[in-house]
This record gives sequence, structure tokens and C-alpha cells, in this order.
Amino acid sequence: MTVLARPGRAGTGLTGTGPLVKLAVRRDRYGLAAAVYVIVVGVAGTAYTLKRLYPTEAGRNALATTAAANPALRFLYGRLDGSSIGSLTAWRYGVWAGIFAALIAIFVVIRHTRSDEEAGRLELVGSAAVGRQAALVAALSTAAAGVLATSVLLCLVLPLTGLGPSGSAALALGIGCCGLAFTGITAVAAQLSPTARGARGIALGVLAVAFMVRGVGDSAGASGPSWLSWLSPLAWIQLARPFAGMRWWVLALPLAVAAAGTGLAFLIADRRDLGAGLLPDRPGRATASALLRDPFGLAWRLQRAALAGWVTGYVFLFAVCGAAAKGIGQLFGTSSALEREFTRIGGQAAITNAYLAALMLLAGLAAAGYAVSVILRMRTEETGNQAELVLATATGRIRWALSHIAVAVAGSALLLAVAGLATGLGYGLRTGSAGTWAATMTGAALAQLPPVLILAGVAIAAFGLWPRACVPAAWTALGLVVVIDLFGQVLQLSHWVLDLSPFTHAPRLPGGPVSATPLLWLCALALAAAAAGLAGLRRRDIG
Amino acid sequence: MANAIEIGALHKSFGRTTALDGLDLEVRAGEVHAFLGPNGAGKTTTIRILLGLLRKDRGEAVLLGGDPWHDAVGLHRRLAYVPGDVTLWPGLSGGEIIDLLGRLRGGLDPKRRQALTERFDLDPTKKARAYSKGNRQKVALIAALASDAELLLLDEPTAGLDPLMEATFRDCVTEERHEGRTILLSSHILAEAEALSDRVTIIRAGRAVETGTLAEMRHLTRDLIDAELAGPVSLDGLPGVHDLVTDGPHVRCEVDHAALDDVLGRLHQAGVRTLTCRPPTLEELFLRHYSTERNVAGAPR
Repeated sequence: MTVLARPGRAGTGLTGTGPLVKLAVRRDRYGLAAAVYVIVVGVAGTAYTLKRLYPTEAGRNALATTAAANPALRFLYGRLDGSSIGSLTAWRYGVWAGIFAALIAIFVVIRHTRSDEEAGRLELVGSAAVGRQAALVAALSTAAAGVLATSVLLCLVLPLTGLGPSGSAALALGIGCCGLAFTGITAVAAQLSPTARGARGIALGVLAVAFMVRGVGDSAGASGPSWLSWLSPLAWIQLARPFAGMRWWVLALPLAVAAAGTGLAFLIADRRDLGAGLLPDRPGRATASALLRDPFGLAWRLQRAALAGWVTGYVFLFAVCGAAAKGIGQLFGTSSALEREFTRIGGQAAITNAYLAALMLLAGLAAAGYAVSVILRMRTEETGNQAELVLATATGRIRWALSHIAVAVAGSALLLAVAGLATGLGYGLRTGSAGTWAATMTGAALAQLPPVLILAGVAIAAFGLWPRACVPAAWTALGLVVVIDLFGQVLQLSHWVLDLSPFTHAPRLPGGPVSATPLLWLCALALAAAAAGLAGLRRRDIG
Repeated sequence: MANAIEIGALHKSFGRTTALDGLDLEVRAGEVHAFLGPNGAGKTTTIRILLGLLRKDRGEAVLLGGDPWHDAVGLHRRLAYVPGDVTLWPGLSGGEIIDLLGRLRGGLDPKRRQALTERFDLDPTKKARAYSKGNRQKVALIAALASDAELLLLDEPTAGLDPLMEATFRDCVTEERHEGRTILLSSHILAEAEALSDRVTIIRAGRAVETGTLAEMRHLTRDLIDAELAGPVSLDGLPGVHDLVTDGPHVRCEVDHAALDDVLGRLHQAGVRTLTCRPPTLEELFLRHYSTERNVAGAPR
């Protein structure tokens, strides 16, 4: 047992911070390490891959010209200064590494402030000899340590891939400082909302707005409102121009945001009660609406907010990716290696078709993730005892399970349709014949539904037959499928391994051949898995 | 139909842990039956078997004349359940949850719902995440009491309620009983069971150790005597006297009913200043039942 402070000594507001930091690091050690690893490997891997794919100056220049000319790509990845490997790396992964660093900050800070407060753990800690500010300081220190560790590792790793040390440092610090800025922003969010969910929503909302503002600014071009980028912490990483004549002073901006946010958070924390927020919790309805009358109404009510979030993300992401498809042929024409890779992932048709088909594969994989998360909600309800409340009424187990399965199936079908429609419109509006492309792509996306259903079926089977292990089992199945589909050919896995993924059996559209037989087989298998799961659920103990 | 619940030699184990080890329980229609036992005795497991959430290993369980596992949905239309640890959906308001549970059960009386919400002083517009444990308990209680179920299964229903609300709960249970509903009230709050129940079953380690009315149980037990006397008295070694404590003029002891007359005679001879003689509370009965093992294992008295 850790002693939080020696008895008898008058403490300050910071008494007990050290042990709390240790506690936070101990609780987060795996998640934080994994997140840092993902960023470092992502950025360093990008640098390495770019070097392999674009060995010549001419090739890089051609890529840089195309990238600079495509506003959709500028929206997605940001601005590109120069055409060195370093510049390309900062373009391709600068903004996105910043997003990951921001996510680390957001999740770590909320977890150790508002989540703990909401769950009452902070009250327990606060009753020990711990200063008023200690918990907040500990949370912020842990988040800062996480993002700064990312910077330090990148500073060490990037030069190993052949990038210049000062440019590497500028990019690494830019990413870390972006994380620090969101540490400050999240600290304020955690003080505003009385619930962790609400606080996370505020912080993620700020991140989304930062991405949009930066996207509009970066894609605007010289005549447009490109100054907008200066308002976004995500843009500052590239505005510091790593590998293109470093503007170090730009990094003062995120540090200022971090300092201001931290200061404001302490100011609010000092003036509010434990458990309270500045924003009130909105009251709900006094009576239930007509919709909330059966398990299906309940499942829809529990899942609708998440589905709305997914749909919004899908619309936005696939519209932009669809729009980026125009001119994609020239972009990849500059690298024969990349061209080979893309043709291989997407099918045998033209590069644009291959790109669009690859997008639909991604839409399918993500929709499978959504479906699995909806199915596994049943396990959460079961272990959280809410299922008991429902099942003690005149609601049978099968009907209860079907209500969640209905949301999973309808929700993932909706997501795929949205992905196809948005991609088709995004591409079609830039090339003409938007209607045709919208229809084609919607069909192409919906062809991914049967493999999505297979993964949902696996999750249902695991939930019914193997409840204790169903969460890791279902996610592992999805993870294996993702690895097979995204890296299987690169890793040169044998054919029977590739065949294990249901997505291998779905048609590559647009451009690929369509055959109904494998799709029907996939549906039949999904149905069989679901039936096995439901049979298991009928026989087993609940709870 | 004489019995609402009939359980005989019921067994249930989870892996190597035995939860129920031949439990017998009989709840008559129209009675309030208290189901008493310490944590981990098997009360919740029993109720969850009655609800068809858990499958029994062996033995007999009949609920409202049906099989709790096979006829679950049909039986659930006729009963209402309040779990011991109420977890609600954090994003739904209390009012929404009350309505939802009522509708899932096959409808609830809006007038009763309104009246109960006022009696329990619940704000139905608050989101469940903002409720304290007591308020969550109230939501489940209102949903159950507002239904027209013939059987109420209440698993430690007052945990987290303040004394005022506990009194309201007792009034409600009394009213329900007058309307002819059957109530199985699992509890370790003995005063509650003592005040409300017609009959009591005490369960320990998955087995019923005692069942009957409180009067029947007291018959088996001792009275407690606490007296202040004018002179000395010698009760030491007298058959039927237990746990004697003499502190100057004060005497405290437990006395078997058979020895009561003899003991009171001796006290009277010594001169009585004050005297209380009362049957044990359920708490004391309870302690005796559950301390037996401990006393056998530890120092015998």
C-alpha cells in the first residue's frame, strides 16, 4: 500500500501528486505504451515506405505536384512544403499523428479526472492526505508524459530512417506539442461537464472542429481562406515547416494553448464542488415516448447516438476520399511500386477502380467493427445487470438478443450505403455523372454486407456459446480479418489463409466480376453462426 | 392454488462453488415471506433461478404453478422483480425506465405510477446516471409496485433508501398484501422482515435452516432478561440459564422458556427494582444462527 503523505505534516494543494502519477501510469501502462508505439511506428514506417516507393527526386517531385494540386488530399493530409522524404512524411502523417497524440491526451486526462470523479474514486482518494489539485496535476502529468515520450522516441527513431535530425526534431516536437495543447483543452472540458462522457464529447468535438477548420484552410489554396489553418492546433505541426526551413516559433502556439487550458482548468477546479460541472446535466423526459415500448425500442435508444456518430464520420470521410479519387491515377503513376501494390489490393481493373474498391473494403472492415461493437453491447448489458431487468419482464432471451442484432444488421447496412453514396457523390460531383456513380458505389458498398454479417455472426456465436471470452474472441476475429485483408498480400500469406477472411470472397467493386454464389454462402454461414449463438444463449445462465 | 413458490432440494453450483445445497422454500399465495440470510447465502441465486435467468442443477422449483425456466416469458407477465443492485441505463431518465419496464411487463397503471412517484419523492426527469443508489432503487421499486403483478420478488429492496423512504416502502408492502399479492422479500435487514412478514425462511450456505412464523421460531428460543435487584441472587449453574452477566445489582441473562418461572421466582425473592423480559429480536435470532458455526470453530461459550 502506497503511503500518500506522511501524517502530521501540513500538506499543500499538490500533496500526494507523486503517488497519484504512479497510480495513473500503472493503470495506463499497456494502453499508453501501445498508443505511443502506434504513432512512432506509423510515422517512422511512413518515412521508410516513402523512401522505398519514391527513390528518385523526379518521382517525388511528381508526387508533390499532384498532391499539391488535389484539394481533397490537402483536406485529408494537410499542406506539403518541399518534396524531400522528410517533407512527404510530414505531409502524409503530420496531421494524423497529431490527431493520435490528441486522442491520447483526451482519453488519459478524462480517465483520470472526470471518470474517476464520476465513479466516486476521486472522493476516496480525496479523503486521503491528498491536495485539492493533486489529481488534476497527476492526470495532466501522465498525459504530458505520454505525448512527450512520443516526441522523444520519434526524435531518436526518425533519423534512423535517414531523415535529417533537426527536421525530425521539429516534426516530433510538433506532434508532441499538439498532444500538449489537447491536454490543456481536455483539462478544461473535464471541468465543464459533470459526466466523463460529456467531457469526452466536448474534447473530441474540439478535435473534430480543429480537423475541419484545418482541412478547409489547407484545401483552400492561395485565393481562399487559408489563414483558417492558423486557428487549428492540428495545422501547427505542418506550419512549423519541418524539413522545409523550420519555423520553430510556431511551436510556441500549442504550448500557449496548453498553458492557458491548464490555468483555466485549475481556476475552475478551485471554484467548483466535487462531482459538479459548469454545464448542467440536461434533464430527460418524465415519461417514455411511444417508441420506447419493447426491446427493439430500447436497443435503438441505446445505440442511436453511436450510430449517428458513425454515420457522420462515414459521410465526411468517404465523401472526401471519394473526391480524392479524381486524379488518383497520376498520383500513383509516379511510383511503379505503389501502383503495383494498389492494383494488387484493389483488383485487376484501372487504378481508380482499384482505389474505390479498396475504399469499399475499408468501409466494410469499419462497418464490421461497428457491428461487432453493437453485438458485444449485449455482454455489457449482461454483466452490468441491465439485461436482468429486461429479462425479468415478459421479454424472452431470443427477442432481447434479436433487438440488438437488428440494430447491428440495419446499422452496418446503413453505414455501407452511406459510404457508397458519399464516395460516389464525392467522386461523381468532381468528374460528372454524379447520379450514376452514386448508384454504382452504393451497390459496390452493399456487396460488402455479407462479410460484415459473418463477423457479426461470429460475435453472436461467441456471446451465446462462450460468454466469458466473447469480447476478446470477437475482436480478435475482426483483428485477424483486418490483418489478412490489409496486409495479407504484402505479407505473401498463402491462399488458404487469405480465404479465411470473408472479405476475400466479396466482389471487388467497381470493376470486378460479381457472382451471387459466394455472397449467398456468406449469408448462410452468418445465419448459421447467429443461430448457434442464439441456441447457446437459450441454454446458458445469464449473468 | 395454495403456493406461489415451491422449491424442494434445489441445487445450483457455479464451477466448484456450491451456491444452493438442497434448498427448500415454500411461499404461500397472499403472504409476505421474508427470505433472510447473510451475503453469499444464496438468496439472489434462488431468485435468479425463479426468474429463469439461471438453470437449476437439480431439485424442484415451481413458480405460480409453472416451470420458471421453460415458462419464463408467460410467468414474467404475472410477476415483478426488484434486483438487489439496481443498475439502470445511464442515458435514460427515471420516468422513461419506469414506463419501459412497465410496458415490457405488459402495461402499468399510470395513476399508480404517478402516486408512487410522488410518495417516493422521485424526480422522474433526471437521467439515471445522476441518481444516487437510493434513487435507482426507487425507480425499480416504483416500476414493480405500479404493475398489477400477482407476485413481487424483491431482492433487498430497501438497500440505499433513507429511513423515511423505508417507512414509505413498508406502507406500500402492507397495502400490496391487503390487495392479496404475494411478496417474497429477501433481506438482511431484520427489522424490516420482522415488521412486514407473515413467515420467515432463514437460509445459510445454500440451505434453509429455519422456516415458519416468527412466533413459531421464538417458541424454540430463549427470552432475554435484564434486571436491577435489591439484593444478591444466585442464578449460576441453574439449568436453562445462559450467558449470565452479574454486575453489582445488575443481572443480564438468557433463559429457556422452561426455566422462566424458576428464574423469575428467584429474582422476585431478591427484590426487583427494574425488570425487562422480552423475546429476542430477529436480529438476535439471526446472530445465533449464524454465529453457531463461528462459535464451534472458535472458543465455545
